Amino acid sequence: MKKMIKMMALSVAALGMSVGAAVADPLKVGFLYLTTPGDHGWTYAHELARQEVQAHFGDKVETTFVENVPEGPDAERVVRELARQGNQVIFGTSFGYMDPMLKVSKEFPDVKFEHITGYKRSGNMATGNIRFYEGRYVQGIVAGMMTKSNKIGYIAPFPIPEAYQGLNAFAIGMREANPDAEIMVIWANTWADPVKEADAAKVLVAQGADVMAQHTDTPAMLQTAEKAGIHGFGQASDMKEFAPNAQLFSSVNNWAPYYIQKIEQVLDGSWSTGDGPDHWGGNTWKGMADNYLELTAFENMPDDVKAAAEAAAAKVKGGHNIFTGPIKDNKGNVVIKAGDALDDGRLWSDVFFYAEGIQGEMPG
Amino acid sequence: MINLVPRKEIPLRLTLMTTGIAVALTLVAGAGIFAILGYDPLAALYQFFIAPVSRGYQIADLFVKACPLIIIASGLVFSYRANVWNIGAEGQMIFGALFSGYVALYWGGMPAPLLLPVMILAGMLGGLVWAMIPAILKTRFNTNEILVSLMLTYVAALFIDWTVRGPWRDPMSFGFPLTPMYPDAGLISKVDLPGVGRLAQLHWGVVGALLLAVVAWFVLRHTMVGFQVKVMGDAPRAGRFAGFRPALVTILVLSISGGAAGLAGMVEVSANIGQLQPNISFGYGFTAIIVAFLARLNPMAVIIAGLVVALAEMGGDAAQIAMGIPKVVTGVFKGILLFMLLAGETFNRYHVEFRLPGAAARAAAKEGSGA
Amino acid sequence: MLEDLILTVLMTSVPLVYAATGELIVERSGVLNLGVEGMMLMGAVAAFGVAMVSGSLVLGVFAGAVAGMLTAGLFGILVLGFATNQVATGLALTIFGTGLSGLVGAPLIGKAIGGLPQISLPVLSDLPVVGKLVFSHDLMAYGAVVMVALVAWFLKRTRGGLVLRAIGDNHDSAHALGYPVLGVRFMAVLFGGMMAGLGGAYLPLMLTPHWAEGMTAGRGWISLALVVFASWMPWRVLVGALIFGGITIMQLAGQAEGWTVPSQFLSMLPYLATIIVLVLISRNRDFALANSPACLGRAFHAGK
Repeated sequence: MKKMIKMMALSVAALGMSVGAAVADPLKVGFLYLTTPGDHGWTYAHELARQEVQAHFGDKVETTFVENVPEGPDAERVVRELARQGNQVIFGTSFGYMDPMLKVSKEFPDVKFEHITGYKRSGNMATGNIRFYEGRYVQGIVAGMMTKSNKIGYIAPFPIPEAYQGLNAFAIGMREANPDAEIMVIWANTWADPVKEADAAKVLVAQGADVMAQHTDTPAMLQTAEKAGIHGFGQASDMKEFAPNAQLFSSVNNWAPYYIQKIEQVLDGSWSTGDGPDHWGGNTWKGMADNYLELTAFENMPDDVKAAAEAAAAKVKGGHNIFTGPIKDNKGNVVIKAGDALDDGRLWSDVFFYAEGIQGEMPG
Repeated sequence: MINLVPRKEIPLRLTLMTTGIAVALTLVAGAGIFAILGYDPLAALYQFFIAPVSRGYQIADLFVKACPLIIIASGLVFSYRANVWNIGAEGQMIFGALFSGYVALYWGGMPAPLLLPVMILAGMLGGLVWAMIPAILKTRFNTNEILVSLMLTYVAALFIDWTVRGPWRDPMSFGFPLTPMYPDAGLISKVDLPGVGRLAQLHWGVVGALLLAVVAWFVLRHTMVGFQVKVMGDAPRAGRFAGFRPALVTILVLSISGGAAGLAGMVEVSANIGQLQPNISFGYGFTAIIVAFLARLNPMAVIIAGLVVALAEMGGDAAQIAMGIPKVVTGVFKGILLFMLLAGETFNRYHVEFRLPGAAARAAAKEGSGA
Repeated sequence: MLEDLILTVLMTSVPLVYAATGELIVERSGVLNLGVEGMMLMGAVAAFGVAMVSGSLVLGVFAGAVAGMLTAGLFGILVLGFATNQVATGLALTIFGTGLSGLVGAPLIGKAIGGLPQISLPVLSDLPVVGKLVFSHDLMAYGAVVMVALVAWFLKRTRGGLVLRAIGDNHDSAHALGYPVLGVRFMAVLFGGMMAGLGGAYLPLMLTPHWAEGMTAGRGWISLALVVFASWMPWRVLVGALIFGGITIMQLAGQAEGWTVPSQFLSMLPYLATIIVLVLISRNRDFALANSPACLGRAFHAGK
């Protein structure tokens, strides 16, 4: 997989070369991080990608990052400062930077703003995201096949579209593989609090879960699984080292091809933000097919499960829309009709349901 | 051993000198840390203290950053002067934001010129209400206000979290925890002077904050209210003989400090964010406590202390952008700066004598026999 | 299942018991150290780092205690030596500890270690009902209970405890009686730091064996609430920690069972309960006089 990115990146770079060669000063690119790369999760993945960008472009690009930027007035100030210091592309890697970046984007029409995971845009602010839910569909299939107790634990972060996409994709995959399995969900209301995640995982184990998945960032859940002798999936980066016997696989966020592509576009002048503030086209939202989301090696599972996982991954890469009807919610109502499938816009507005196989009621 | 003998008068020259020495020592310690970490110490110090204010717009940014600190600390000064330890300004700030946010979001239809004034009042009321809980518990049951106000901060943080994720959430926000944006009439505008134009991000809240500090100074120094507050703090018995009622003073200073914190919450949201979100303060209520002490509980000095603390924060960002110094270093550096300034304050208030342990014991024995 | 849930509650309470028991001694001596969060983080990072490098969990625990103590020593020198304001210094200590632990811990990110072996007493832990609950913990969990017992004994039964309480209740008269106010307070602060360090050490060594920046996530502040909730009585710290831990776990378990109460309100309960306890204590004058340190947070200097 790594090889493919490199090849892709090289070919893109070759295209950019002819244009970029004329530019003497390096293109300055700024990154905003919500936490530090020390989270070994979300921000860490962005930092790896930034390093790859720097390595890829060499002295054609000069990257800067600012970590621990709170979502609010400070973000606005830091974004403005980066723009004033001559950064021509600014990546904001947290949802809460949306409104601050939007505000500053209007003050600096010549600077390109790239906001990760948001939905607001302007003439010079685009959005980028990864289809995290694709990996969770594969996780669901593996979980459904691996479970003996038919109880699967799931630690969710906050009730936002991304979380519902992931949870429902997981449930759809799980029910395809095992119609009897049920998901117990805990909303941790945090992205990263290792002790709370460990507590949630222990609670799930106590309630009979023998496979666990997480949408929170730290390895705490997997470490708990390892200790309890059960299985689970890693999040955002490969967590094998924390749970060599428990990790089935991790879905790894790979932002590098996205960053590289967008910077190329700025260098060759083809950068754009799509049509308007609420238009979903023209912005970057890619997944497993483009290696934006990578699955680590399938381990700690029997061969038939591995084969099913590989088949599911291939199916997703081949363009299968996971949210294809008929899909029922957990009360038996059809939420996506047969013959219907969610497009990118509706993946944001129409995912607020608990798919079949998820226990309980949605939060508030 | 360190022996402290209180001073009767604190000369201004001494204050300036100790502050200067404290800052100098911080610079030396900071330079040492930067050098150990492999950064050019002089360049790093430049980024921390000079670069953030080397351009005009950055000075405006500095004032914007210091604004909530100055407002909150101006109020806290009253509380601490009266020996009432309100450390829950963070929670009071949140409630100020909630009350004023309610006005902006649900009463936004009122005549536009009225909206901001009503929001300001609502903000102060919100902070005041939240500060009344420790005030009433203290005056009625003699309950420790430090602990109550601290506990209430957590409750407030959880409460706003619930509000913006639940009932007040913008239906158009795809489930993200944000309220709708405030109407334009509910936003504090940027300072835009005829002939001068806009001063970068400077907003009218900053002007208000500076005025507030001056007013606080005046009230504390030149009015009966201020006199009562100080007497109750310095000599409660004398205050009682003079007919002051401690319970009233307690309620008064908690109202002032709570109201100021609430106002800060209103200003911060209305000038800088424009909507409610789970985090509207980033520890301003706690940082302002430090600011109040650095200012030696003098509202005029609060302006300077607020700017210094804000500068350290912004310097951390500048050092990151320019030199890649990690943000955690800022925490260490800020901690050292605060320690030094706090210790420096000791030299203002006391003659500090360093003695050998044996000598100290002898002196203590002498004092003991004297007492 | 219930048994496992209770075990989880017990484990999640252990760091709170350590930190709160330490802070209890500090507050009983009349000093308020709001820097518990910073000291816990220093303990956590030191414990994890040393355990990883040395491969010895015992050394890790030891390092956590020492790191907590050193951090507390800084606070002690400022607050006792220089008579700085305790509230401001404590807040500054948290800022400092959070920053320094992040700085020192940077190279430890992404590393894993194994946890302390659990001591399963062969016969006892097979006993029905209580067996698993009482006899299958790690050493540090038992250590927490031992520390509470020691502190309770110290405060109530020893001369040192008497002096400590006398100093916390009225430092001026304690000084007049010839007790070394600052010396005793400094020892108390160091003990508080050691205990916070141990509580911090429990997180990356036992609860979730890796280091993450700011991994205490507010548990230092909860410990502060806990001391008050316990009305400065050691055994009540133990009970309070179990209640605090129980509410945390209940809220997670309830969700998995399909409850829909907003978690924020459940999370508020410990703080509201603490306030109620405070009011009850302060209404009862006799109890307040007997148990709450009257000089809490007030600076002392001999030359008054």
